[in-house]
Amino acid sequence: MNRFLWPLIIVAGLIVFLVMGLRHGDPRALPSPFIGKAAPEFELPTLKNPEVRIGKQNLLGQYSIVNVWATWCVMCRAEHGFLMDLAASRTIPIYGINWRDSRPDAIRWLDELGDPYIASAFDADGRVGIDWGVYGAPETFLVDPGGTVIYKHLGPLDADIWQREFVARMNSRGAGT
Amino acid sequence: MLPEVGQFALILALSLAICQSVLPLVGAHRGDAAMMRVGRTAATGQFVFLAVAFACLVWAFLSDDFSVLYVANHSQLSLPTMYKVSAVWGAHEGSLLLWILILAAWTVAVARFSGDLPEAFSARVIGVLGFLSVGFLLFAILTSNPFDRLVPAAADGGDLNPLLQDPGLAIHPPLLYIGYVGFSVAFAFAIAAMLSGDLDRTWAKWTRPWTTLAWMFLTLGIALGSWWAYYELGWGGWWFWDAVENASFMPWLIGTALIHSLAVTERRGLFKSWTLLLAITAFSLSLLGTFLVRSGIIVSVHAFATDPTRGFFILSFLAVVVIGALALYAWRAPSLDSDAGFGLLSRETFLLLNNVLFVVATALVLIGTLSPLVIEMATGGKISIGPPWFNVAFLVPTLPLVILLGMGMHAAWRKQPAQPWARVLRIPAIVAVVLGVVIPLFIYGRISILLFVGCAAAAWILVSSLIPIVRSLRREKGSAGITRAALGMSVAHFGMGLFVIGVTIVSAFGVESDRALQPGQSIEVAGHEFEMKELRNVQGPNFSAIEAVVDIRKDGDFIATVRPQKRQYLVQKSPMTEAGIHPGLDKDLFVALGDQLGNGAWSVRIQYKPMIRFIWLGALVMALGGIIAVSDRRYRVKATARDAVPDTVTGTGEATA
Repeated sequence: MNRFLWPLIIVAGLIVFLVMGLRHGDPRALPSPFIGKAAPEFELPTLKNPEVRIGKQNLLGQYSIVNVWATWCVMCRAEHGFLMDLAASRTIPIYGINWRDSRPDAIRWLDELGDPYIASAFDADGRVGIDWGVYGAPETFLVDPGGTVIYKHLGPLDADIWQREFVARMNSRGAGT
Repeated sequence: MLPEVGQFALILALSLAICQSVLPLVGAHRGDAAMMRVGRTAATGQFVFLAVAFACLVWAFLSDDFSVLYVANHSQLSLPTMYKVSAVWGAHEGSLLLWILILAAWTVAVARFSGDLPEAFSARVIGVLGFLSVGFLLFAILTSNPFDRLVPAAADGGDLNPLLQDPGLAIHPPLLYIGYVGFSVAFAFAIAAMLSGDLDRTWAKWTRPWTTLAWMFLTLGIALGSWWAYYELGWGGWWFWDAVENASFMPWLIGTALIHSLAVTERRGLFKSWTLLLAITAFSLSLLGTFLVRSGIIVSVHAFATDPTRGFFILSFLAVVVIGALALYAWRAPSLDSDAGFGLLSRETFLLLNNVLFVVATALVLIGTLSPLVIEMATGGKISIGPPWFNVAFLVPTLPLVILLGMGMHAAWRKQPAQPWARVLRIPAIVAVVLGVVIPLFIYGRISILLFVGCAAAAWILVSSLIPIVRSLRREKGSAGITRAALGMSVAHFGMGLFVIGVTIVSAFGVESDRALQPGQSIEVAGHEFEMKELRNVQGPNFSAIEAVVDIRKDGDFIATVRPQKRQYLVQKSPMTEAGIHPGLDKDLFVALGDQLGNGAWSVRIQYKPMIRFIWLGALVMALGGIIAVSDRRYRVKATARDAVPDTVTGTGEATA
C-alpha cells in the first residue's frame, strides 16, 4: 500500500472523531466499575491541616458525597457555586478530594470562592484518585451510609443533575434526605 | 448606514475571493496568462473591500453604535477608546473578520513580492489562498456576521470582558493571527508545487522566508499571551496547557519543525515529501485550533461562545482543505525520491531527529488536548486532565531536543568528521557542566538532578549558539563572515537557551506565599520585606477599585512601591485582580490582592519569581533571530540571478536558520 496515504487515513479518522464529538449532544453516563462496590479505603491528610487525617471511616453512617476538584480545573470553578448552595442547604455532608494540586493554590481558592467541604483530602500525587478510578476533575461520588459507592457523576454538578441523579437515587433506596 | 456598507463590502470581498480562487488555477492549468493575472488584481481588490468592512466595524465601536448586535454585546459607553478598538477582535465575529483581513494581507504581500516566481506558480499560490479566503468569508457571512443589527438599539452596551481590557491582550490576537494565518502561505506554496508537479528544491527556497516570518509572529503572539496570563489572571503562572493555548502551540511546534526541514530540502534536496507534509500539517493545525476554539467542543478559560452550526461549518471546511491537500499529497509524493545520501554523523541526521522530536511533542500536546473529548464521549463528563500530565510528558521529547540542538548546529552537511566536531563541542560541554552546578548551587543555594540538567542544557545551547558568532567576529577582514541566515539561526537558538534557563530557575526557586496583611503591617518573603502602607479607593473609567500601596525593601533598602488593585467592573459586575509587579531581569516581585478578611486585613498573595523575564525575553530573541534570517541576501536576489546554492561542506558558517 502507498505509505503516503497514511496521513490521509489518520486525518480522516480524526475528523470522524471530531464530528462525533460535535454531535455528541446528550451525555449519558456509563456505569463506573465502582458503582455498587465498597468505596476504596484511603487515608490522606486534610488540605487545611496536614496533621489531621481523613479516611473512609469519615464517610460512614450517612449519605455523603465525595467531590474531586483542583484549582487548575476550569469546570470545577463552574460547579463551585452549586456546591456552596448545596452546603448551605445542609442536605448532605460534602467531602472533597483535592487532586494533583498545590496546597497554597487550593487553600487560596477556598478562601476566595468559599469552602463547601466538611474537609478536603489532599491527594497531591493522585494515588487515591487512581484507587477511586478518577479520570479527571470534576467528579462526584455518592456514597451510602454503609460505605458503598452508589453513583458517580463526571463533570460539573448543577441543581438539575443533583435532583435527577443524586436525590432520586437516595430516595429510591428508602433513605430520604 | 455604515454597518450596511461593511456588510456589502464583505459580500463583494467574497465575490472577488471566488474569482481569485477559480480563475488563476484554471489559467495556470490551461497556460492562459490573462486568466492567471486576474489573481493579483482580485487579491488586491479583496483586501481593499475587507479593509473597508473592518473599518466600518471599528467605526461602529468608536461611535458607540449599539444598534449593531456585536457592538452592543462587547462595548460600552465608558469603555476607554483604546479598548473600543481592541474590542473589535474581542469576540468571535470580529476576530474572524480580523483573521480574514490578515489572510488577505498575506495574499497581497505574496502577490507583491513573488514577482520573480514563474507566472503559473504564483497564480496557483494566489488561487489556493483565494480558496481559503472563500471558506472563511462564507463562514463569516453565513454563521457569524459581525454587522447583524439589534432592533431596537440598546441604550448602552454590555461591556467588553474585563479580562480583555488590557494593553497586552489588545495586541495579542493580531500577532497570533498573523502567525497562524501566515502558515497558509507555506501551505499554498506546497499545494501549488504539488499541482504543478514541479517539486524541485526551489519550492523550498521560496517558502522559507514566508514560513520564518509567520513563525516569528506566532512566537511573539504566544509569548505575549503567556505574559498576559501571568500578570492579568493573578495567579503568577505563565503557561496553563489550556486547550486554547495548545491550539496556538501545536502550529508553532510543527512550524518550527518545518523551518528546519525546509533547510534540508533547500540545501540538499532531501526530505522533500516530509517537508510537504509538514507544510500541510502546520496550517491544518492552525485550522484545527480555530475549530477547537470556536466550536465550543472543548472547555477552556478563553474559548469563544458555543454554537454548534459554527463548529459544523468549520469542521466541514477543515475536512475539505485537509483531505484535499493530503489526497493530492498521496498522489504526488510517491514520485519524489532523492538519491542524495548523507552520513550518519551529519547535519541532516540531527535535523531529522529534530523533526521527529518536534512531531512527537506535537502529538503529545494533541493527545492531551483531545483526551478530555475522548473521555467525554465515553463517559459523558466534561473534565480536564490538567498541567501535571503535560509538564511531565512534554519533557520527554524536549530534553533530547535541547541537547541535540547544540550538537547539530556544529555538524556539517553530508558528512561530519567526528574529531574536529568533538573538539568544537568541548567548550560548550565543559561550560555546561560547570554552570549546571554553579548557577543553582552558588547563586540560589540548592541543587537537584533536574536543576543540573536544566541549567546545563541552557548553558549548552547558549554557548553553542555563540560559537559561530564569535568565530565570524574573529575572522579577518575581507572574508565572507557569517551570513544573515546563519546569524539568525544562532540568535534564535540563543533565545531558546534564555528560555530554558528562565523556565528552570523560576520553576525551582519561585516562592509563593499567601498571607493576611493590614495597613501598617509588613511581612518577609524570600528575603524581601513587603509593607502595606495604606489601602485606598480608586476610581477608573469603567471600574472602581481598592488599591493597596505596598513598599518593598531588602535589608532595609527601599526597592520599589507596587500598587496591586482589586477591581470591580461596573457593567459586568465581575471582580478582577490587577497584580502589582516590580519587574526585573533577575527577578519579579509580584503582589496580588485576594479578599477582604475583616479588621481591615486583606489576604495577599506575594510571589518571588526569579528569572521569569527570561521566558519572554527568550521568545523575543527567538523572534529576532527569525527576522534576521528572513533578511538574508539570498531571498532578495532576483530571478535572473537565482542560481543553485552550492552544496559546500563548510560546516558552521553555513545557513540553516
